[in-house]
Amino acid sequence: MTTLSLTKVNKTFGATHALRDVSFDVAPGERVALLGHNGAGKSTLMKIILGLFDADADTGGVQVVGAAPGSAQARRQVAYLPENVAFHPALTAREQIRYYLRLRGEPVAQADELLERVGLGHAARRRIGTYSKGMRQRVGLAQALIGKPRLLVLDEPTSGLDPVSRREFYAMLDGLAADGASVLLSSHALTEVEARTDRIVILSGGTLVANDSLANLRRSAALPIAIQVTAHRDSIDAVAAELGGTRHNGKMVSLSCSHDDKLARLGQVAALGEVIEDVEVLPPSLEDLYSHFSQRSPS
Amino acid sequence: MTGLFTPILAGAGAEFRIALRNRWVVIAVGVMALFATVLSATGSAPTGELGADRLSVTVASLTSLAVYLVPLVALLMSFDAVAGELERGTLSLVLTYPLARVELLLGKFLAHLLILALALAVGYAIAAGAALWADPRAAAGLPALWRLFWTSELLGATFIAIGYALSALARRPGAAAGLVIGLWLALIVLYDLGLLAAVVADSGGRFTTQVFPWMLIGNPADAFRLYNLAASEATAAAAGIGGAANAIPMSHALISILLWPLAALGFATLAFRKVIP
Repeated sequence: MTTLSLTKVNKTFGATHALRDVSFDVAPGERVALLGHNGAGKSTLMKIILGLFDADADTGGVQVVGAAPGSAQARRQVAYLPENVAFHPALTAREQIRYYLRLRGEPVAQADELLERVGLGHAARRRIGTYSKGMRQRVGLAQALIGKPRLLVLDEPTSGLDPVSRREFYAMLDGLAADGASVLLSSHALTEVEARTDRIVILSGGTLVANDSLANLRRSAALPIAIQVTAHRDSIDAVAAELGGTRHNGKMVSLSCSHDDKLARLGQVAALGEVIEDVEVLPPSLEDLYSHFSQRSPS
Repeated sequence: MTGLFTPILAGAGAEFRIALRNRWVVIAVGVMALFATVLSATGSAPTGELGADRLSVTVASLTSLAVYLVPLVALLMSFDAVAGELERGTLSLVLTYPLARVELLLGKFLAHLLILALALAVGYAIAAGAALWADPRAAAGLPALWRLFWTSELLGATFIAIGYALSALARRPGAAAGLVIGLWLALIVLYDLGLLAAVVADSGGRFTTQVFPWMLIGNPADAFRLYNLAASEATAAAAGIGGAANAIPMSHALISILLWPLAALGFATLAFRKVIP
């Protein structure tokens, strides 16, 4: 059974189409990254999943943990972390988390443990008004962990976090996913999404333009692979002439080739023997893939 | 597991704590205490000749004061309730929690009612203390004071809920503040002036006998004043609207006082439902 199922979701605000026929599923334990430019419809889609507002009437269907979005059953099992999460500045993190625990019917004694888990144990009794953005984000994470949610909807969860905290955050997500929770997260930090999610969904102008694992997206995009050859300064001209690439900075030659030609090209490089100092193969980055898919006109 | 009232109580607890930290509790209690003290000190005119005890006279002056002050304090506490959360961005998160919007409002409502009750209790207790100290017969006025207390609380409840409704309609705290001040002026100050002008122009015609009493009852503040003054007949004459108070049955005023908070809360819930975070 899927945790989240979206079928032809449509949403218009006045004359603008915020979402157009968006369909995809998220299975239990799956971590899905939702990517797209600002205004591509990510937050709108998340708010529809959360039931904060309804999709248009011509929508095929939205099922969240087997219930209607925003229903009592869905709300009990879905956690949300809004973009730029905010709290009342007069409350301490401990008081805020205890409030959320009571709303979910969980024992308030968990508050300290939750804050400890996100690294805020030392600041739990300080008012959130004195917190940095990163610390507020951690309070937001702590509340999203309450009560073993089956679906976590996280809007830019790592914005404002330093690299170490980001790694801790993704380790925490791995743990949740291993326990069967589904994660739908949006992010601008593509490199971290690359290593830490099972599937990537790309929205462009309200339309779904990609929905697959990273490896499959790479294959279907068929973007050229870059090969960088480093050679001796003396022989670089000969190497460039032989391989037919572009020379730059005195001792490097850049080649590009398709996925199928990769081995043949590397064979040519290897055949040059000792004049070659180093070879680097650079597959298309997620940035490249992302711009490829989000610029492609929706089919 | 969550009890039926757990979300409401959780919300009330958080809201009360916020009001404590924001000094709202201190401000509300301080304002009521200050005005009650001033009234007790200046309202010490000789009263023995009128036959009324000291506390009953104090209750009459407190009634005239509460008509202005209680709605003002209530509106100032409540105008930020929805608009403030919208602006801070705290509303979208809490609305994904398993609680109904009306429960969110009721939590705030409970906290604000409690703060108002604290302020009224302190203010009225000061007035009662001063009256009892000066006049041993003042104990006779205690029922009137108690009636003033719970009707003030109901009047406050009405305006707290109206504050929520305007807060939800305005969407922004600045606009909500403007709306509540405008409403206070219209309903508390200008309404009576307008009625007075109409009565004078009508000079005893159909408006004065048929429409005017209902318009008076329909305004929660006027119903509050009528009920309290009519109930303590001894001081009604001194208060200036005794004539009107006699024309309207007390039970009508009471019904108005009781129905207004429910109607206002219903209106606030409807307005809040339309808010998209």
